[in-house]
Amino acid sequence: MIKDDRFLEKIADFCISKSKDLGSTGSNVLVMNTISENVNIRNKKLDGSERSENLGVTLTTYIGKKKASISSTNLSENNLIELVTRCIDSTKVTPGDEFNSLPDQELHFKGEKNLELYDNTHLSNDEKINFIKDAEEVAFSHEKIVNTNGSGFSETKSNFILANSNGFLDGYKTSQFTAYCEVVSKSNGSMERDYEYSSKRHYKDLLTPKQIGESAAKMAISKLNPKKIESNKMGIVFDKRIAQNLLSTFASAISSNTISKGTTFLKDCLDKKIFNDRINIIDKANIKKANGSRYFDSEGVGIEDLQLVKNGILNDYLVETYSGKKINRKSNGRSSGTTNLYFENGDQSFDQLINSEKKLLYINETIGRGANIITGDYSVGASGIMIENGKFTFPVSEITIAGNFNEMFKNIILADDLEFKYSTNSPTMLVNGITVGGK
Amino acid sequence: MSSFFKNTDLDINKAEKIVSETLNKCDDGELYLEDTKSESIVLDDNKIKSSNYTKDTGYGFRAINGDVVAYSHSNEISEKSLRNSSKNLKSTLKNSEGIYNSEIKKTNQKFYNDLDPVDEKNLSDKIKILREINEYSRSINGSVKQVTANFLGERKNIEILRCGGELLKDSRPLVRINVSVMVEKNGRKETGVYGVGGRQSYDEFLKNDDWKKICDEAYRIATTNLESKASPAGEMKVVLGPGWPAILIHEAVGHGLEGDFNRKKTSVFHDLVGKKVASDGVTIIDDGTIDKRRGSLNIDDEGTPTEKTVLIENGILKNFMQDRLNARLMNTKSTGNGRRESYKHIVMPRMRNTIMLNGNNTQDEMIKSVDKGIFAVSFGGGQVDITSGKFVFSCTEAYEIINGKIGSPIKGATLIGDGPSSLKEVLMVGNDMMLDPGIGTCGKAGQGVPVGVGQPSLLIDKMTVGGTQI
Repeated sequence: MIKDDRFLEKIADFCISKSKDLGSTGSNVLVMNTISENVNIRNKKLDGSERSENLGVTLTTYIGKKKASISSTNLSENNLIELVTRCIDSTKVTPGDEFNSLPDQELHFKGEKNLELYDNTHLSNDEKINFIKDAEEVAFSHEKIVNTNGSGFSETKSNFILANSNGFLDGYKTSQFTAYCEVVSKSNGSMERDYEYSSKRHYKDLLTPKQIGESAAKMAISKLNPKKIESNKMGIVFDKRIAQNLLSTFASAISSNTISKGTTFLKDCLDKKIFNDRINIIDKANIKKANGSRYFDSEGVGIEDLQLVKNGILNDYLVETYSGKKINRKSNGRSSGTTNLYFENGDQSFDQLINSEKKLLYINETIGRGANIITGDYSVGASGIMIENGKFTFPVSEITIAGNFNEMFKNIILADDLEFKYSTNSPTMLVNGITVGGK
Repeated sequence: MSSFFKNTDLDINKAEKIVSETLNKCDDGELYLEDTKSESIVLDDNKIKSSNYTKDTGYGFRAINGDVVAYSHSNEISEKSLRNSSKNLKSTLKNSEGIYNSEIKKTNQKFYNDLDPVDEKNLSDKIKILREINEYSRSINGSVKQVTANFLGERKNIEILRCGGELLKDSRPLVRINVSVMVEKNGRKETGVYGVGGRQSYDEFLKNDDWKKICDEAYRIATTNLESKASPAGEMKVVLGPGWPAILIHEAVGHGLEGDFNRKKTSVFHDLVGKKVASDGVTIIDDGTIDKRRGSLNIDDEGTPTEKTVLIENGILKNFMQDRLNARLMNTKSTGNGRRESYKHIVMPRMRNTIMLNGNNTQDEMIKSVDKGIFAVSFGGGQVDITSGKFVFSCTEAYEIINGKIGSPIKGATLIGDGPSSLKEVLMVGNDMMLDPGIGTCGKAGQGVPVGVGQPSLLIDKMTVGGTQI
């Protein structure tokens, strides 16, 4: 059973009052309990099961402008006293920093908690196994699917209390159900893999096993016997699961932390046009049952909706207390990053998009971390499918795609097929003028 | 004697009884106990940005029957918790009828000292050096606009309690020091990153002002990149420098030779043992026994002593890297590659220090032989798809080669290749083998473990370079 609020509050209170007794002028504590159960299957047979139970505390203490943190999973009273003492000792010897502080009290979250982020449903191991086995059976009904890399189902429940010495104390339960299926296809000496997964706060919102198995199989088969193409500059259509990565890179380039240090290609771009007119980017925390929804960030600051980009213009940053102070902006509750971040729909259908040029390359997998947020340079390994005259013709692999975000952002054209599958979401995206490295 | 049951309602005999009751009809399994303390001290933007200390204690209880693994872990070491885990394992492995494999090799080998980097040097001294690193780096040149430096230190004590009461122990220190420098000139910004580390004290890297070399190197890479031009795109010859570029070996063949993928036949290498997978003269080993290296271990996380495993000998595939489970199912012995990130994670076959041995060529010969290509000296990270064999790694310092001479630096680009074919495209193997500076972390299935790599300079006939210039 997941620990209740009372149990977690007691530990939080103890840490805060002990810190005060030992000389802190401020403190912040997170007490979190997570229980997770997974099953893994392979070739429709049980491969393993895992149960994990974690209970941990993270404490930050301040003495004036000095600050230090500790964390531990041993919550016995003796150990807590030892840790608080160590934290205070470290705080004393750490040089002060004028920007260190707890968040403004008036920014603390005070509101209703009605986003339905917790689903009490519990599946037995056998139920989990059956769910994901069904997905593999559907995948194996395709002749070219010969093996699996493993498929699994996990159920995670968490509860936490966040408290600080300025009177903030709140927390809530969340749940996450995840099913994934990764299969291997084989034909004429070519072997490829691909996956589908679904991860939701509520069990009932998951894709069905049939949808998961079918999608994984189709994608793995579509990659078989790929060709390498000539190096060229061309239009790339990014599948939604790749397009969302570009949006995440954008988000990391406008955090108050990178902006304050100047380590981003989007420094000094506020109120400037960085995308074309038709691009709007929203970060919205209060969508019911959504994966990215939360009530407050890791400092207890309430989260307002942000329109980060409006008609192509950079409208706002993602701000937390410490680095916000360096750039004279109040926290907008983003110390834990973005919430539900998305591009608004474009005005073309998927079909219009893939018919916009005679030859386009559809990319549905990239490998490597090739985004440099300081220079905006982008270069990754990729694979996908050639589109000729609006038709998917043959799979392509062992190529690279490269460009610079400053230019790529201005060339983005979005389809109208946005869905809320992840916490960061994009419609299908076309970007013209990207360099493909091939033969 | 175990040190994990102090202040608990358990003792070694009680714990052993639960372990034996749970595992006696299983093929394998153990109780893995871990106590880790770690610290991270970060200097950023002229300030000590964070000073974190973590103490994490817990156990992972594993039972294996056939090819099914049941795992339960918790950070509460108590009789009740252990019995709950035991119940959980038994419920997964219903009607298990295995015969426990109690065979495990013994060792007294020690590749690092039992020391505690976190507590043997006090926090104020570490902070003082970080501030010196900041001041020194900024003083190198006015173009240095931003410096980030950090110390990461850890001591991990582990004990493995097996059915029948056998207890295996290890105590592992690990440190890493990183410096990242951002330079700006005429509105252009670039970064350079360099770091060092290993299973030893911070002082080994700090003595004689050695830390200045870390700053100098980070600055050198950043400044080189300031002058870089757009990288070419397409297939070309690639010369790799010695040392850290061995990420190539790690990605191109290392992962594909891990036992689990081969038992499951999802690796492109699964049916290639005894076959030619690389050019003549290419010999690759995975070695857990090098003194004080980041990827070295006295015993792996199942208690098996580590060893020097030959993976590829003179171009021929010889062995896979094995943990106990995959070795048993493939009728072979564990090579001491059974590793896990922590008690919260299951064991998998993982690399240690993966190294290509010396050949006979010089780097000069390689460069001279290339009409058009690139010379790659330093890398960020890499990734591989073990099923299709495609792998990437991204350059952080590279130069063009024109008519046998090194030309201008080029912008960081991703290189992509095909694992099984790329090592057959090795044209020359250098005589300048170097190990990496001790900063590698390998990720697999969400678990990160410290690893090392090494290689001499290499000339590869063709790889695809992910630049923007056609």
